Amino acid sequence: MTVGFLMLCHTALERAAQVARFWAESGAPVVIHVDSRAPRHEVEALHRRVSDLDTISFSARHACEWGTWSLVAATIDAAQQMLDRHPEVRHVFLASGACLPLRPLAELEAYLAVHPDTDFIESVTVADVGWTVGGIDTERFTLRFPFSWRRNRRLFDGYVRLQRRFGFRRNPPAGLVPHLGSQWWCLTRRTLDDILSDPRRKEYDRYFKRVWIPDESYFQSLTRLHARCVDSRSLTLVKFDVRGKPHIFYDDHLELLRRSNCFVARKIWPRADRLYDTFLSPRPAIGTAEPDTATIGRLFDHAAERRTRGRPGLYMQSRFPRQDHENGKTAAPYSVFQGFTELFPEFCGWLSRQAAGRVHGHLFSPERVEFAGGASVGPGCLTDSLPLRDYNPRAFLTNLIWNDRSARQCFMLSPRDTQPLNWFLATDPNAQISVVTGAWAVRLFRARRPFAQIRREAARLQRLETQQLGVLRSGYVKARVRIWTLSEFVENPTEPLQTILEEVGVRNPRQLLTPPQMVDLTGFGGFLQELRNRGMQPRLMGDFPAPGGWRSPGGAVSGEGEGS
Amino acid sequence: MDRQRGQFRGFLHRRELRAVSDRTGSIRHDDVLCFVTLRNERVRLPYFLDYYRRLGVRHFLIVDNDSADGSGEYLLDQNDVSVWHTSASYRASNFGIDWMNHLLRRYGSGHWTLTVDPDEFLIYPFHDTRPIGALTDWLDTYEIRAFPAMLLDMYPKGPFDAQPYHEGQDPFEIACWFDSGNYMIRKNEKQRNLWIQGGPRARAFFARRPEEAPSLNKIPLVRWSKDQVFLSSTHMLLPRRLNAVYDEWGGEKASGCLLHAKFLSPLRGKVAEEMTRNQHYGASREYRAYGSGLETTPDLWTNWSEKYINWRQLEILGLMSRGMWT
Repeated sequence: MTVGFLMLCHTALERAAQVARFWAESGAPVVIHVDSRAPRHEVEALHRRVSDLDTISFSARHACEWGTWSLVAATIDAAQQMLDRHPEVRHVFLASGACLPLRPLAELEAYLAVHPDTDFIESVTVADVGWTVGGIDTERFTLRFPFSWRRNRRLFDGYVRLQRRFGFRRNPPAGLVPHLGSQWWCLTRRTLDDILSDPRRKEYDRYFKRVWIPDESYFQSLTRLHARCVDSRSLTLVKFDVRGKPHIFYDDHLELLRRSNCFVARKIWPRADRLYDTFLSPRPAIGTAEPDTATIGRLFDHAAERRTRGRPGLYMQSRFPRQDHENGKTAAPYSVFQGFTELFPEFCGWLSRQAAGRVHGHLFSPERVEFAGGASVGPGCLTDSLPLRDYNPRAFLTNLIWNDRSARQCFMLSPRDTQPLNWFLATDPNAQISVVTGAWAVRLFRARRPFAQIRREAARLQRLETQQLGVLRSGYVKARVRIWTLSEFVENPTEPLQTILEEVGVRNPRQLLTPPQMVDLTGFGGFLQELRNRGMQPRLMGDFPAPGGWRSPGGAVSGEGEGS
Repeated sequence: MDRQRGQFRGFLHRRELRAVSDRTGSIRHDDVLCFVTLRNERVRLPYFLDYYRRLGVRHFLIVDNDSADGSGEYLLDQNDVSVWHTSASYRASNFGIDWMNHLLRRYGSGHWTLTVDPDEFLIYPFHDTRPIGALTDWLDTYEIRAFPAMLLDMYPKGPFDAQPYHEGQDPFEIACWFDSGNYMIRKNEKQRNLWIQGGPRARAFFARRPEEAPSLNKIPLVRWSKDQVFLSSTHMLLPRRLNAVYDEWGGEKASGCLLHAKFLSPLRGKVAEEMTRNQHYGASREYRAYGSGLETTPDLWTNWSEKYINWRQLEILGLMSRGMWT
């Protein structure tokens, strides 16, 4: 069982010579096509390097340009030469100068001997491929492409547009169904001979000369007319990236390539010495294992994913998404609590005992950054410096969540805190925001300050919280938002606390929930009434009945204070 | 306009450079070239040159700004180094960038060029298994002309000069710690580059004036052509489309890091000298900040500092990315 190799070469000719020698010395004839634009001295060097091997010959040279007929013409000439000169060849294998055989030739020959009548060529109808890059798929076969995509991109695009506008179409020759596939195939002598000696070949050639990228469709379509048994896959391992270029293999892919059991791989970096040394050194043939590209496929899929979607919530030097293209504004789900520390002074301690998460205090407090445990430096060396935090608050938050993304982050918020991130939080699907509205008043209620100050502060905080609630209730919200009024929440705090805990993740699910100690709200209704009496309308707390009068715990006597 | 000015400044300042050892004739057309401005870096040079030789850099083009510590003599003995001497002002030459732009234009056009300081060490994805030519070939495939590498400040645990650095030593045996996640990024709409600040310098020396914290964004590896100039150190390039080294649609482009071995024992002398010379950026405010900071808070290390292992660690931490190069 003899297999003959066609090699299409244009650069790195010294590597091509090495590979050709490997095949020829193993007993396979080789026909080399060298791009007629390759530098003369390199071509001469290539001839010299293989001149001692009479099973290596050179075919007529064409100037090959990607996407054009020239590649097919070069292949046809080389194939014809192979069939004419080497009658012993049963299979013809099309390879490039950047291909590297991964298994000894004897293994490939044994494999082909088991499949003597099979044509290994990826060949899929246009409707079924999803991998074409550039937006031209069916139109490859129905439009004409006389202009070079590489050199005259504007003419190319313009002519395509023109044909589309005038509804130009042409039909493939009768009986021919266009198929697409990898340009690297291995055909039986019989199929190849039938294709090249087909009486209608002139007609086919004329058609394919105006097809876009015919090297991916000429043999792939014509094989369907002549083959007895098509195995629609390529024996050459080649993976394309999201830009439509073949992935390159380097020395560090050695083990991966070895374990793939593929016969030939492309594209190899010309200076990957270790790959060339390893795979071109003589080795015994072991078996006829089936090629398995799953591992390599996963690796390259992962690369495509990283290039196109990136890591959610990461902002860095080579990933800085525009708004709404973040693919994850933050790296992981997190919880924000507003109004809880006012109502439950021990809330942070309680939450960190109950929930499996990192519980920070008021990260955006105007006094200090309250990292969990009162630390002055947080994950990723974020510091508690207020100017640094406020210099870029969004970076502060996204960094914190990214740095400690294995733990669920929880932090407290209040209308007292700096709030540049309201819109960011509200539009982040990772955010879970729980708000007890008006709870800030509890803090004022317990404060021992002159009532005039309290009233002013109450008006300010109410204004800020109202603005914030406007954001949280807008139609753009993506966060999971829960809002209770203070009176609603106080009536039955256990149920909402339970829900929140479950979302954060409970440390010990079997334990019955013991809510944290709530502040004593006796007289709170009177406090609110007093605010009303001073001309401020507390709106966010809900209903608190006001039995009797109210005395400030700080001794601020009602009646004194400001106007307005 | 800025670009013409940059080119013109390079042209004006070219006369300040006197070739001491011009070996540029030995440069081959596909060599990766390294461009450096330095002053009194003798102790750092052996490791620096070897590091980049190992990556596959073929020729170094160095401006010696009047070194007095034997740097010039040492460089003369290196076969792959061309040296220009100048005693002109570092500050007047836009902190060396005018000199670099001139040499880049003259010798770098058509080459992949690496413009770094003697305390900056390039890390790119797979640098431990693939020479720099693998990266530049790959970038050429996609017609990418600029490769970003953020400056990552490295520091030792304890005072930065507790363990003296000796010649030929890997600086990251001593300064092996870094900040993994406190970098702040915003986009410079005018030049389209990202402006990155943060790291140990921002938190230790600029916590009260974050806007003055040093820029960490750098584009050191560039396929040079005559119409290009560096605008401000290697932070910004013109034409500005070269600054678009980041993805804006959620994906990640390939990037590296410049490990910055600044916080080592040679810094002590530098700070003292710069306080009087006043030749550095922003009226040397960075050095001034160290001058005060290095006496009061000499230890940059924190509980959250990360110890450097390899590029894969930097990638996992999100400081660099392989993009789709795999």
